[in-house]
Amino acid sequence: MHAEAVVRKPLITGGKTVHDVTDDICKRVEEKPAKSWLLAMAISLGLLSFGAYAVFTLVWDGIGSWGLNKTVGWAWDITNFVWWVGIGHAGTLISAILLLFRQRWRMSINRAAEAMTIFAVICALQFPLLHMGRPWIGGLWALPLPNTYGSLWVNFNSPLLWDVFAISTYFSVSLVFWYIGLIPDFATIRDRATGLRQKIYGVLSFGWDGAAKTWSRYETVALVLAGLATPLVLSVHTIVSFDFATSVIPGWHTTIFPPYFVAGAIFSGFAMVLTLLLVTRKVYKLEDYITMEHMELMNIIIMVTGSIVGVAYITELFIAWYSGVEGEQYAFLNRVSGPYAWAYWSMMTCNVISPQLFWFKRIRTNIAATFVISIIVNIGMWFERFVIIVTSLHRDFLPSSWAMFYPTWVDVGVYIFTFGLFFTCFFLFAKFFPVINMAEVKSIVKATGEKTSK
Amino acid sequence: MSGNKNFVLGVFDDEDLLLKAIKEVRQSGVKIYEVFSPFPVHGIDDVLGYKRSRLSIAAFMFGLLGTTLALTMQIGMMTFDWPMIIGGKDFFPFPTFIPVTFELTVLLGAFGMCGTFFVVSNLKPWAKPRIFDLRITDDKHIIVVDIDKNSMSEDEIKKSLAASGAQEVNNKVFE
Repeated sequence: MHAEAVVRKPLITGGKTVHDVTDDICKRVEEKPAKSWLLAMAISLGLLSFGAYAVFTLVWDGIGSWGLNKTVGWAWDITNFVWWVGIGHAGTLISAILLLFRQRWRMSINRAAEAMTIFAVICALQFPLLHMGRPWIGGLWALPLPNTYGSLWVNFNSPLLWDVFAISTYFSVSLVFWYIGLIPDFATIRDRATGLRQKIYGVLSFGWDGAAKTWSRYETVALVLAGLATPLVLSVHTIVSFDFATSVIPGWHTTIFPPYFVAGAIFSGFAMVLTLLLVTRKVYKLEDYITMEHMELMNIIIMVTGSIVGVAYITELFIAWYSGVEGEQYAFLNRVSGPYAWAYWSMMTCNVISPQLFWFKRIRTNIAATFVISIIVNIGMWFERFVIIVTSLHRDFLPSSWAMFYPTWVDVGVYIFTFGLFFTCFFLFAKFFPVINMAEVKSIVKATGEKTSK
Repeated sequence: MSGNKNFVLGVFDDEDLLLKAIKEVRQSGVKIYEVFSPFPVHGIDDVLGYKRSRLSIAAFMFGLLGTTLALTMQIGMMTFDWPMIIGGKDFFPFPTFIPVTFELTVLLGAFGMCGTFFVVSNLKPWAKPRIFDLRITDDKHIIVVDIDKNSMSEDEIKKSLAASGAQEVNNKVFE
């Protein structure tokens, strides 16, 4: 019945049975919060509170409290937006693309990665919303709704509007995908619980009963959603890259942007998944489920996408030179050797050189090295967006208006706000939701457990 | 409703054994009410005689609705209701309609299919499922047989389940 190549390493170690899977994962939800969790929550709530004050200042004083000037009209806001959206990509990639490719190693990590996607997209949404100045009505302006000026509609020629549709579709489809996956696991917690917890998880589990007919439909839904979400993942960052690529600014007007942005997004997304999972598996003692094999496979993806990103950087430089367009050539020369050269070379070091270390098996199977490189990659990917945006803007078509961008505390504060938001959401998820997809993992216990894969 | 509903449950802890048992139990003439599992078991649709789900067709139809809605909305707004030349594009800038059309196709396809799934599977927050055994969502697969819907006696059903390798054979009564 179960065919598995003998050369495959076990995906679940420790000789686990199906019942062990239920126990190990549900225990985290059922037991009282650990001190480490309370401390982590306190820190993220602290970040959130400080950040909320920065957001309040921003909304109260206006966008002038950011360090923007007449030349640099976009800086940390769009940098952070693109960065957070990119982080989200690994979740959908793991749940959709790897599902279509029948990669069973995704089963231990998809739940946390999808949660990361949802929270990262929520963080990303803060930036365009806050940039509108009046966020309480700004969201409505972006939608094609009739307004008081008559039948004046939103501009469907604008990539910014495409973003509205792309990100909101991405967010809602990812949320549904994630929630449908959670339903059977909520039912498991419901059936072990009593009292209030049973009631809450009873509502969350939507009356799941585990009937074969429902499982059959559930699998069809998962497969079709994966089929729909796969082009969606690719389209979202492609459309985000159109914000730049369809403009006429030297350094932005680049046809390589769509695939380059998608590769970069997966690159940074996997790095964030690793950062989070390395901590989660250690704190929750899930080493038997999230094994070194998982770490190694994710590191290989980081290495491959990091190499694609590296090729894209070099291609950009080559095309700028080859185009013969002086403005384009100057934009790239300025990136490499201008006042923001430090950011450019930080980006190159973090994104091109550091993932190449994963060619060495000793490094890609080393937890400490993986953790450090995953953080370096995320820093590098933030710099990538910063370099693209700020270095292309700060020296525009008129040398008399050339300027530098200096972030204010509000710029930094709003970024910290999103960190607080992200980690608060993630820690709440880690405490109250099953962090590993129990139903899926149970289906591979027999086929890829230690007893069968040797 | 009058009277109690009587069921016989055959409990299994191995998915391969379960598939074999379903075949044998059906061959012996027992009509299976439903099989419950903690995880999806591959091949179970075939042995139970279930047809392929038509949810993918629902997804396609809802997706088509999304495409139509997106194109109608954009052409209506940009070409007829408020025609305006923006960025040198004409009143019918079809290429710029593609991203929004794609997104709405995916959005309606996904939501329509998931909504259909919830409706046909009777999944809703206030649903009260009939729990035959709490171990269904843990580690046991259970074949449920409705005694009233079978021409065989309770003993014969129990014998058939036990002969096919059931770990336990239990009774469950719902009022």
